[in-house]
Amino acid sequence: MTKGHSIALLILAAMVCTLPNMTDDSYFITLMIFSGINAIVAIGLCILMGSAGQVSLGQAGFYGIGAYASSVLSQSFGLPVAASMICAAVISAGAAVILAVPALRLKGHYLAVATLGFGEIIHIILNEFGPGGPSGFGDIPALSAGGFAMTDPAHVAWVVWGILLLLMVFSLNMLNARPGRALRALHGSETACNAMGLNVVSLKIKVFVLSAVYASIAGSLYAHYVSFISPSSFSLFHSVLLLMMVVLGGITTVWGGLVGAVIITLLPETLKAFQELDVLVYGLILTLSLLFLRRGIVPIVTGKIHSLLERRNA
Amino acid sequence: MLDVRNITKVFGGVRALDDVSFSVADKSLSALIGPNGAGKTTMMNIISGMLFPDQGSISFKGAVITGLSSASIARMGLSRTFQHIELFGEMTVLENILVGRYIKSRSGFLAAGLRLPFVRSEEKENCAKSLEILASIGLEGKKDELASNLPLGEQRMLEIGRALATEPSLLLLDEPAAGLNIRETRDLGKMIVRLNTEREITILLVEHDMDLVMRISTAITVLNFGQKIASGKPADIQRNRDVITAYLGEEDTAC
Amino acid sequence: MLTVFLQFLFSGLTVGSVYALVGMGFNIIYNATSIINLAQGEFVVIGGLLMWFFLESCKLPFLVAVALTILSAGLVALIMERLTIRPLKTHDLLVMIMVTIAVSIVMRGLLMFKFGKDPYSFAAFTEGDPLVICGAVIPLQTLWVLGITGTCILALYAFFNLTMAGKAMRACSFDPIAASLVGIPVSRMIMFSFILSAMVGAVGGIAITPISLMEYDKGPMLAVKGFCAAIMGGLGRGRGAVVGGLTIGILESMTAGYLHSGLKDAVALLILLAVLFFRPAGLFGSASMQRLKGH
Repeated sequence: MTKGHSIALLILAAMVCTLPNMTDDSYFITLMIFSGINAIVAIGLCILMGSAGQVSLGQAGFYGIGAYASSVLSQSFGLPVAASMICAAVISAGAAVILAVPALRLKGHYLAVATLGFGEIIHIILNEFGPGGPSGFGDIPALSAGGFAMTDPAHVAWVVWGILLLLMVFSLNMLNARPGRALRALHGSETACNAMGLNVVSLKIKVFVLSAVYASIAGSLYAHYVSFISPSSFSLFHSVLLLMMVVLGGITTVWGGLVGAVIITLLPETLKAFQELDVLVYGLILTLSLLFLRRGIVPIVTGKIHSLLERRNA
Repeated sequence: MLDVRNITKVFGGVRALDDVSFSVADKSLSALIGPNGAGKTTMMNIISGMLFPDQGSISFKGAVITGLSSASIARMGLSRTFQHIELFGEMTVLENILVGRYIKSRSGFLAAGLRLPFVRSEEKENCAKSLEILASIGLEGKKDELASNLPLGEQRMLEIGRALATEPSLLLLDEPAAGLNIRETRDLGKMIVRLNTEREITILLVEHDMDLVMRISTAITVLNFGQKIASGKPADIQRNRDVITAYLGEEDTAC
Repeated sequence: MLTVFLQFLFSGLTVGSVYALVGMGFNIIYNATSIINLAQGEFVVIGGLLMWFFLESCKLPFLVAVALTILSAGLVALIMERLTIRPLKTHDLLVMIMVTIAVSIVMRGLLMFKFGKDPYSFAAFTEGDPLVICGAVIPLQTLWVLGITGTCILALYAFFNLTMAGKAMRACSFDPIAASLVGIPVSRMIMFSFILSAMVGAVGGIAITPISLMEYDKGPMLAVKGFCAAIMGGLGRGRGAVVGGLTIGILESMTAGYLHSGLKDAVALLILLAVLFFRPAGLFGSASMQRLKGH
């Protein structure tokens, strides 16, 4: 990890520690929690799409598995929340492997549609066979540490962003080392990867599982925070929303996922004025980002900063 | 080092390779030549595992490699470069070489994410080895350049450097001089000879540039229309009538 | 028994015809550009909702409304192609996929804004009592749907195989550079393929709305099922999409009728995954087409 990343992480950590205390506005804290949760899924998707070049339109499926599995395990089986989250992540990983083995032989559009199909099938399964069916269910245990349930949203915000920061560190470390280079090489030329002895299939499956685990953790956090979930939160619309976050922020860097997630999560607030236009505005944002901000906000901004610095040093 | 036996490959109705056999001696600098369409690239792709032959077998260091994936073959010590550059364009020069170090390292996703101590020392070691390779191919000044920004000659060198990073016993070079000018070709030739003599890497070179081939190789196999028509030392090949006919046509129609 | 079966069969054929039309729309664009237009389903919705608008809201004569609707759909496709597809000819597949998704969201947003979330319908094309076959009640509109779909299939087949323009369009997909070298205006062909595929989709929307109503958000599911129809038949092969669409429609109808209506959508999705995983070239595609799955 470069110095720039470390500094940015430290600043972010400082902000995370102080912000919840600085405001009494519980709505702000709620937004902070949701943007953190979305960011966790988004950075996983960034790694999958930006580094490895694999598409997924089905992340909401793993998000949903994480939410439902963790809820059921902690509510019906009495497992501690942390253990439920880990088990849910394992289940999501398993689902990812089952999907990945056949799907990752596909390329481009076919892979995109296969992941879309998978996400939708999970949605339908949750709708038909999940506890409570389409209406969902509640009374999901809150996040707790050492037996103490977290009722103060500020604490939940710290946990969510704490996990997010840890995952950022993990991801940045991984991306700057051998596995990250392998993923980017995958995106560059599979032929050359094979010629250099990389096991392409294994890499693709691993990165797919990684993104599924991130999504699952986020889903579990979501479920234990809102304490009531229903299948409508885990539909294609959400997979597309996630896609929007990473496209807007920039898929080539995990910072892009984070920034994109924060922006898109805060968006409904600014859109309050445009009641019936929200779908349209989402679509326009996505379209305009693709047309004009192709690389995403974070790479464009950091690119500008770099060239400014270079001009000063020259 | 490499034993090619009775390789046949048919595409639709075309016999790209017809019962071709030849050997590459340990530590030699061998070449595979022939006019366009002779089947040289097909042979390269079969040896490196990208294509499977319809008949015949190939052994490498005594072990049969026909039917193995190209990744497995690479891990056994056989590396290659490509006629149409297959660099990782969006990665830097140094990173391209580092990917070559993949099979010589072990940091996995979990270990790297947690930045365990052995990961740190492995990264340092790989960086050092990669910089050394870059120095030997003359690209250390451009280590942070994007690979796609390099001129063709340097991209060719980078591909060779990346293949070197895998510490191969046998290096397949697929038309490395294509598109290079005379000076670049000469430098390339010197580099290939150095790899062969100083690093003791066996080389199998597929090339069109006869000057280069005759100058640096010690053993040549000639293909024409998928069949082997001659093999031997450069001097013998230059005098071989079948070879001359293959390249220039029948004597009566030659201008 | 037979009555119930026939009932499901006909409703399956009806909805399957729309899937077939969407699938053919996919094929048209794919044949000209190698792009898969994930906004395809929205054209069907546009067809249904605009038809209501011209017919019921503007009180225009039936044929005028049909013509305006189809032309409008074509116009929308034209705008889409010029504004978003043409500038992004980067062949970066990720970007193309996301652009078509983005445009579909914009279309959906506009439709929601104009028409809200309510279902819309209009009168069937002809008045009259439904047919009764062995006790199964078949509304006349069903025959219209089947007839119109059949006509479209024949018309498209004739266009692509018997006219110069159609063959030119197919050439553009095989090799755009070669096509332009022989004088085919590739960029205009691409534009035309979008327009044509939108019109085909709109026709489907017009035909099906009297039977199953139309809402602003039916697009994505239609697109997924239409895509499934297209790849079942082998992407790019016109007749395959028809067989694929009808098969999906019938299986869906049977599942909803005999098993569990909530699983209806899962049928198409499972077929989709099965085809993608085991025979991406489609039921009629050949092994060599398997290589086309990567581009």
